[in-house]
Formats: sequence, C-alpha cells, structure tokens
Amino acid sequence: MDLNKLTALEAGKMIKNKEISVVDITKAALENIDKTDKNYNCFVTVCHDEAIKKAENIQKGIDDGTFTSPLAGVPMAVKDNMCTKGILTTAGSKILTGFKPFYNSTAVERLENAGAVLLGKLNMDEFAMGSTTETSYYGPTLNPWGENRVPGGSSGGSAVAVATDQTYYSLGSDTGGSIRQPCSFCGITGIKPTYGTVSRYGLLAYASSLDQIGPMGKNVEDVAEVLSIISGHDPKDSTSFNNEPLKFNLENNVKGKRIGIPLDYFGEGLDSDVKNSVLEAAKKFESMGAVVEEFNMSELEYAIPTYYIIACAEASSNLSRYDGVKYGYCTPNFDDLTDLYYKSRSEGFGMEVKRRIMIGAFVLSSGYYDAYYKKALQVKAVIKRAFDNAFEKYDAILSPTAPTTALKMGENLSDPLKMYLGDIYTVSVNLAGIPSMVVPCGFDKQGLPIGLQITGKAFSESTLMNMAYSFQQETDYHLKKPVLKTSKEA
Amino acid sequence: MEFLTTMGLEVHCELSTKTKIFCSCSTEFGGEPNTHVCEVCTGMPGSLPMLNEQVVEYAIRTGLATNCTITQYNKFDRKNYFYPDLPKAYQVSQLYMPICQNGHIDIEVNGVKKAIRIKEIHMEEDAGKLIHDPWDDCSLVDYNRCGVPLLEIVSEPDFESGDEVIAYLTKLKSILQYIDVSDCKMEQGSLRADVNLSVRPVGQTELGTRTEMKNINSFKAIARAIEGERKRQIEVITDGKKVVQETRRWDDNKGSSFAMRSKENAQDYRYFPEPDLVPIEISDEWIEKVKNGLPELPTAKKERYIAEYGLPEYDVDIITGSKYLVKIFEKATEICGEPKEVSNWIMGEVLRMASETSTEFEDIKFNPDSLGKLIVILKNKVINRNTAKEVFEKVFTDDIDPEKYIKENGLEMVTDNGAVEAIVKAVIEANPKAVAEFKGGSAKVKGFIIGQCMKQLKGKADPGTVNKIVAEELEKL
Repeated sequence: MDLNKLTALEAGKMIKNKEISVVDITKAALENIDKTDKNYNCFVTVCHDEAIKKAENIQKGIDDGTFTSPLAGVPMAVKDNMCTKGILTTAGSKILTGFKPFYNSTAVERLENAGAVLLGKLNMDEFAMGSTTETSYYGPTLNPWGENRVPGGSSGGSAVAVATDQTYYSLGSDTGGSIRQPCSFCGITGIKPTYGTVSRYGLLAYASSLDQIGPMGKNVEDVAEVLSIISGHDPKDSTSFNNEPLKFNLENNVKGKRIGIPLDYFGEGLDSDVKNSVLEAAKKFESMGAVVEEFNMSELEYAIPTYYIIACAEASSNLSRYDGVKYGYCTPNFDDLTDLYYKSRSEGFGMEVKRRIMIGAFVLSSGYYDAYYKKALQVKAVIKRAFDNAFEKYDAILSPTAPTTALKMGENLSDPLKMYLGDIYTVSVNLAGIPSMVVPCGFDKQGLPIGLQITGKAFSESTLMNMAYSFQQETDYHLKKPVLKTSKEA
Repeated sequence: MEFLTTMGLEVHCELSTKTKIFCSCSTEFGGEPNTHVCEVCTGMPGSLPMLNEQVVEYAIRTGLATNCTITQYNKFDRKNYFYPDLPKAYQVSQLYMPICQNGHIDIEVNGVKKAIRIKEIHMEEDAGKLIHDPWDDCSLVDYNRCGVPLLEIVSEPDFESGDEVIAYLTKLKSILQYIDVSDCKMEQGSLRADVNLSVRPVGQTELGTRTEMKNINSFKAIARAIEGERKRQIEVITDGKKVVQETRRWDDNKGSSFAMRSKENAQDYRYFPEPDLVPIEISDEWIEKVKNGLPELPTAKKERYIAEYGLPEYDVDIITGSKYLVKIFEKATEICGEPKEVSNWIMGEVLRMASETSTEFEDIKFNPDSLGKLIVILKNKVINRNTAKEVFEKVFTDDIDPEKYIKENGLEMVTDNGAVEAIVKAVIEANPKAVAEFKGGSAKVKGFIIGQCMKQLKGKADPGTVNKIVAEELEKL
C-alpha cells in the first residue's frame, strides 16, 4: 500500500488503530518528499529532523490520550507565509532571507495542538502576489498535470504538495483567489472561509482586510476536519469573529437547495471546456434535487480594479516594515540610512511585489486617495450588497474558479494585466468577505483539471461543505491522480 | 509696526496604563533597552494589534474632562513613514475619526478669563527611541517606548501670548493628573508639546504663515521658544521677506530655532484606515459610566474650597493647581479638621521645602496624614510652632511619623509650670549683672532672660508661659 496516497482522515484512522506509528508515517512522507519534490519544487523548507522529533512526541501524546483529534499524528505542510516558531519563514521573498520567527501563527499552533506533524513550508508567489507561483524567489512550482504548466497561485506549493501526495493536507492563504485558483488548476479541494473565521495572527500580511487562511486537501472530509481545528475566535486577532470553532456533519443531501448561476460569469474570455464542466456540475446538482436558476450580477465587472486598489494599498503599507534592518535581507553596501532602505528593498523584493507597492503607494498618496482608495471602498460595499441580494434568493452560487485551466509557464509573467484578469471569478468573494469552496469538476481536452467554485453567504461554510461533499459522493474527479515524475525518471 | 501672534498647540501625552496600546508589554519607564517588547510592539512580520480598552477609557475620561464630544464610532488609521524608531514603518493613529472633538479648556491670565478650544483628541501609539552612540558613531534603537499609548490633544489657534500657552499647559497638565490618565512627567517625555505659531501686523485679519516647533519638553523652554520664534518671524517680515511654512526645531541651549523641513518637502503619510483593527463602538452607557467616575476637576474644586473653607483665592489656585497638593490638603484636613491651618502649612512649609529640596509636587513622598497629625499636636500644645516646623522638615525629607519622632527625641514642651519656675529662678540667680541692669530700668534685659530660659528648656516650653513666669519673677525682685 502506498501510504502517501491515503487521505488525511484515513491516515489518522490508521494511526489511531495503531496500524502505523506517527514516526513511520512521517518518515514515509519525508522520503516521498525527498524523492518527488525535486520535480515540483513545492517545499521551500523541509523539516526533516524537527518532524521526526515532533512525531515521536505526538505518538506519546496519542498513546496517553492527550491528542484525540482524528488528524492527530497526520503529517501536513503550510504555505511559507505563516510563521512557524524557529523555522524559516520566507513568504517566497528574498527579503526574508534567514527569517526564523520566535512565535507561531495561530493556525499552525492550533494544528500542532491537535497533534499535526509539520513536514515543511510550501512555496508561493512572493508575498502571495501572483497567480502562478512563478514570482517566488525560490523558483517556480510545477503543476503535475501537464508539461510546463503553472500550478496557479499564490498557494501553488500548497496545491501541488497535496496533488502529488507529498502531504496529506496543507494550509494556504487566499487574498484574491490564492487558495481556490491553485485548487482548480491542480484538481484538489479547498476553501476560503468567511473573513474572520481563521485567525490571521502570524500570517505575513499581504492585504489585511482580504487575507484569509484556509485548508487544501484531497477531499471535502479532510478539508472540513482541518477547518474545524483552525477556525474559531483568536484573542490575538481583532478581526477574528467571536465564534466557536466550526463543526461539520457532512451529509449527501442537496434536495431543495437553491443554486444561482451568475450569467455574467459565463461571458467572453471563459474557456469553453471550463464553461461546459461547470454547467455540467450545475446539472449534476439539479439531478440530485437542487433547484438551479440563472441570474445577473453585473457588479462583477468592477471587482478587479477594486480588488487591486485595495489589496495594493494595504500591501504597500504592510510591506513597509521590510527594510533590511532587524531581520531578513540587508544590502551589503550602503551610504546612509535612506540608501540602506532603498537598496535593501530594491534588491530584496521581486518585480511583481514592487509593482504592487508602487500602485498601492500611488492610490494612497495625497490628492489621489479619494479618487482611488475611497472609491474602491465604496465599490467594495456595492459588490458586497450584490452578493447579499443574491443570497436572499440562493443558498449558493456556482461558477468557474478561473477562466482557463492551468496556463503554460511564463505566459502571464510578461503580461501582468492578463494575470490580473484571470482573478475575475475569485476576487469579488474576498471583497465581500464571504466563504467560497473549490472542488474538482472535470478536465479539459488536454487533461488539465477544472475546479467548480461554490460560494455562499457569510458563515455558510456548513452549507458549502455539504454541497461539495454531496458532489464528491456522486462524482470521482477528486479521486483522479496525475502521473508523477519521480527523481529516478527525471 | 505692531504685530499680533497666533498660536495653536498639539500636546502629546503618554497614558499611564500598565500595558501598551496593542500588546501586553509593560509601559514602565526606564527599563533596560528592548526588555519591554514582543513581536507586536516591534512590528515583527505576521503580528497583529489588539486594542487595550483602558486606553479608550482614558481617552473618554480626557474628552469629558475637557468638555469634548465623544465620537461613538471610532476607527484607527495608519500613518506611513520610514524611520528606524518605527518598526512597522507606520504609526497607528486616528485621522478621520478622532475619539474626542470640539472641547475647550478655560484659562485665566492676569485676571482675564478665556476659553481655549480643543479641536480634537486622538489615540495613537508612541515610537521607539533612538540613542546616538558618539563613541562608535552609530545609532541604537530602544523599542521599549514603542506602543506606549499616547493622546494627542490638538487645540484651535486660540493663543495670543506665551502666558496663555503656559496657563493652558498648566491647566491641561493638572486636569490629566487629576483624572489619573497620565503622570505628565515632562522630563521623561510623557508630556510633549508642538507649537504652531504665526504673526501678522495689527489690522490684518488674515492669519500669517505659520511654522511648527516640535517636541519642546519644558514649560520654560516653551516660553522661550515662543518668544524666540515670534521675534524671528517679525524680523523676517520687517526685512521684507516671507515666512516659510516649515517645521523647525527649537534648540533651547542655543536659544534659537532652525528649519527641519519645509512644506514642499513635507512627507505624504498616505493615511488609510487600519485594516487590522475593527472599529470601536462606544455606547452611551460607557460614556455615562466614565462620566460618573470622574473626580472633582480643578475649577470645581477651587470654587468649593473658597466657598466651603473661606480660603484666599491665591492659595486655592496654587493648591488646586496640583492634584498632589490637593491630596495633601484633603488628607491632612480630614485628620485635623483645620483647613485654613493646613492651607497655611502647604503655602508656607510645604512649598518652602519643595523649593529648597528641588522636589516636584508629584515627587513629594511624605504621608499627608502626618501633616494633619502634626497640626493636631501643635494645637494641643504638645510642641511649639518652631519645633513643629523642625519636625515637619523631617516629615518632608524622611516621611517620619511626627508623634513617634517627638516622643523619641523628647521634644514635648515642658508643661509643668513648677519646672519652668525653677529654671527661671535659676537663670535669674545665675545672671546678677543682668538683674542689676533690669533694676536700673533696662527692659530689654527681660528678653535676654527669656532667651536664657528657653535655651535651658531646649525650646520645649510654651513661650507664653515662659514669658509670664519671667515677668512675675522679675516683679518679685
């Protein structure tokens, strides 16, 4: 049996039943990473020694009843923008060279308290800015489904590590689609929860008002279990909701669920294979007893400029702290303080990050604030209202996750505007602060996965999970695996 | 040409909360560098602020004590700029919705009353401290002060003289101390003022171009800076030049100011709403609760002291001007029931000792009960006034218990008239020459005899009694 192909809950069950020890499953996972990751570059850091040590402790904790979670002892990995105590945390940027935080992000801390074993830190677009995982200082991550294809981004490492069975599940972060789009491109399951559901403490901020951590996994059950562990109020994050951790009772039942299909999402620019797969999925839901209806949501057209103004504005401020002084990369030669700042930042940040800092600084600058940032906040409210109106009629909205399947590498890097337009279906969800889930719903003619995006109103994670679960009970797209290259073949 | 001066003040006041505004690090002054810090106040990646509610409470208190309207829907904003003492490269402050607005503080200068309007009060975090090391020619940063809560109290441009500025600052300081939101120690930087100043020829209605002088940290320096800058601007104008809108630094040692940056080079702070903090809603109940918890403020106290105790206005002004003197006054009065006597002691001995030992009122250490007790002891004629003053010096410097001290040092007056009589007789016997002079009609000899007796009695007798007995004994001769 290939241990690594198990789902997280299956692995957890074997550990609980003492069919395998935490150390053995961790060793197997690490060996697999050593063998596989050379071809995919998912990991920025692999925690070989720490993971084994942790596994030993967790085994003891499971034996003495300290760890009771169904995921206790199951190895996992997190996106490299979440702080991990004593472990390199880079956000895919040169500017954080050598940065080892002395604190854990709350999401990681909660997983560790539930007995998770951290295998390592996953590659990403620099500071989560990008949709291809090509802007990482640590090189691009590769999509296992096609030759020379990007995995999507920014949580590309998190997606590929799951798709290639190098981890049982992973954490990603989603500011404008960074969990959902790579899930779609890599044929895995993931959710961006309602803003404020998972603590952002210890998440290296890109755009504070939009960032949200979420789980990525092999199926809905795993993702639901992880979300139940990491969700719930955190006294260290003022924007986290004062809610109990989420609990899910998954059942295969969508009878009477009202589903809306926004026609504006199916117009020009949408790949026909993607379109057909999503509409097929809608039919599937209909056949399972849901009521599907088309509707208009023209506010969508404002989502991209609104998103890029708000996200870049916040990013320009959030990334100001990286100045080369206290931690991370510092330029070796400088004349004075200003020169130190200037050179460290010029040399430490990549192109895309600099572009967004420049946009952000511009839209916030005196004289432009009202025309851009303030206007964007007003449009954000309009978009949120459009969703509110839609959710008076529908329990969920079905849509594509991205206009295309995984793109060829390098295709978008040279044309940022094209890359920004690829975020059209995802960014509005972040602006509205609502939850949205992606499940595999088919493949295009080239065999590349297509993800179905299921979006609900705030705090409707249970509804989304049930719909996604029901869909996976009736389909097998999520069970399909890419043919992996191992280092021997490479 | 005659000139009018117009000024506005921005006062920064460090709040005396135990912990910082966005984390639970201590705010205590004077710790070893970088010991009161965590990932939040040093702005480490991924850290997030959590608002200390005490700061909001203190801000509401300050707003109510300065007649402001409390903004019930509050937000924080980020002020972005690069500087090594600011680890996040932005300061969390309030630009768009300050917590207090439209207040005023009443001042009085040379008998003229005036209300200085307060435009707004907002909450913000302090930055760290840069320490330049001249030996190694490098600058070191101490982040202990990072995240210490500040209130910025912004006045309208209502000041026309340095005296008005000082009167306002004195009143503001005493209010902030009364309501226990700040210790206002200027030497530790917990109260700092920026002065905006412009001059214009008499008759011109439009205000002149203003300059700003930053972070002046003593009343005397503020007075000097105002006078210096006023003169400089008048000179510039009389020379036919134009005042440049700029930020200037007042060098109190040199007695002059120099330009830091002009308006053209002014930084664009790119303010925007702080997304890491949710808006704060302040309920009517909360405001009401804070209002009910406010202590009696200086103006009300002053009026009451005059009406209730019949104390002179001058004395009351001094006493109510400092919460520390008020504490001494009220405690001592409670013990001895003699407000006038307590007031006299404060105006006399307390102020004298404070000035002789260069002690700020807030640093006066003695237990105010001791002054009350001492007044009772004096009233009961256990000691005389001179001894009482000596005992008070010990109270002031060493916080001794007067009763115990008097006993231990045997300072009680000799109340046994027989004993006094015996000493008087002995003194007369021992000074035949003086007695002869007395008989010869020299009345001043009586003073000498009394002096000798008091010396023998070590000053521990009621002077009236000694006087009387000496007179009687001399009569008998």
